[in-house]
Amino acid sequence: MTKPMDEMTWQEVEPGGVISEPGCASSYHTGTWRSEKPIYKEEICIRCQRCFIMCPDASITPDFEKNRMVWNYDYCKGCGICAYECPVNAIEMVQEGE
Amino acid sequence: MATKAAKELPKEEFILPGTRSCAACGLMLTYRHSLKALDPGKTIVAVPASCMTVLHGVYPITPVKVICVNNPFAATGAAASGIVAGLKATGKAGYTVVAFAGDGGTYDIGIQSLSGALERGTDFMYVCYDNEGYMNTGTQRSSASPAGAVTTTTPILAKLQHKKDMLRIVEAHRIPYVATASPSFPLDLYDKVRKAKEIKGSRYIEVHAPCPPGWGFPNKDLIKMGKLAADTAVHVLYEIVDGKFRLTSRSLRLAEKGGKKTVADYVKGQTRFKKITEGQIQALQEFTDRRWYEFMERHQNGRS
Repeated sequence: MTKPMDEMTWQEVEPGGVISEPGCASSYHTGTWRSEKPIYKEEICIRCQRCFIMCPDASITPDFEKNRMVWNYDYCKGCGICAYECPVNAIEMVQEGE
Repeated sequence: MATKAAKELPKEEFILPGTRSCAACGLMLTYRHSLKALDPGKTIVAVPASCMTVLHGVYPITPVKVICVNNPFAATGAAASGIVAGLKATGKAGYTVVAFAGDGGTYDIGIQSLSGALERGTDFMYVCYDNEGYMNTGTQRSSASPAGAVTTTTPILAKLQHKKDMLRIVEAHRIPYVATASPSFPLDLYDKVRKAKEIKGSRYIEVHAPCPPGWGFPNKDLIKMGKLAADTAVHVLYEIVDGKFRLTSRSLRLAEKGGKKTVADYVKGQTRFKKITEGQIQALQEFTDRRWYEFMERHQNGRS
């Protein structure tokens, strides 16, 4: 796993500043930016997957086995697009920490 | 073949969560759907200094699963041409080279290298995500900013000039594919990137990417703003394949069924237009209408 810059020594830097391991940002939790949290109401959801399509951060994934949508709160930035775009209001934004 | 339902879009993600882009980033949504449409194992992305570099993360961490080359601001077209030439020289076939640049890197700073690459007929795809300003460095005026918009370099009078018609400039190079898209219409965007991927030669797609912090609207309205831009014909969705013009998606429906909204509806939801005067709204409306009727006419001519 790639280390953050401040934990790296200069010997560990690849020649040319190349990043050899793709998709290694999962250690960076953008969920801490959030001030409002989306709450999913499974019983109202019609499974149109619009929230999955419209999420800019790919934090919503459809779980086909359980037939529901899954939020990844480690990375959800709380923009509220999913709640606003939901045609049946199955997502509610609540203040973080309540 | 047009994708009909959202459920048909691929589920696999090529840009992982954990990006450093702002919440509700129009670019991020564009990039996510574009990478799904491309074959990420066989794609090389060229990126200038822009919001895209921020999205790609701070060294040595990146959320992107494609091969990416970071290049100087003015050299996106040249860097992409170099990659194409390098692939050809080393005998690697089947790769798609895609350049992703912002409006600053396309309309202003990168126009010479883009024009050079298009003139040479380089086999690559150029995607310009137009967020109407230099958003990465703090909302400075670019030639893509609309008239009446307050930016940090036009704080008192707001921008006086209309937006540059970059698409006409690109079209004048007579390249095989020119299109416009919007992240608010992901199916349309997906189809256009898919189509462009199959075409040989230079391809240009311009994506209108709303920017909540730069334009001054709530994060949740991202999709709404993109749709409003199409409904007011501020951004018209179309494609030109080998010189044949065709309106698509929402703009096609607007041309057939009517119901165009006024620019005033689009302007009032954004704080960047807080200093716009009635006269400027009128001028913007006339500018938009003139473009829209031109497009309608071209659409009719393309059909017959």
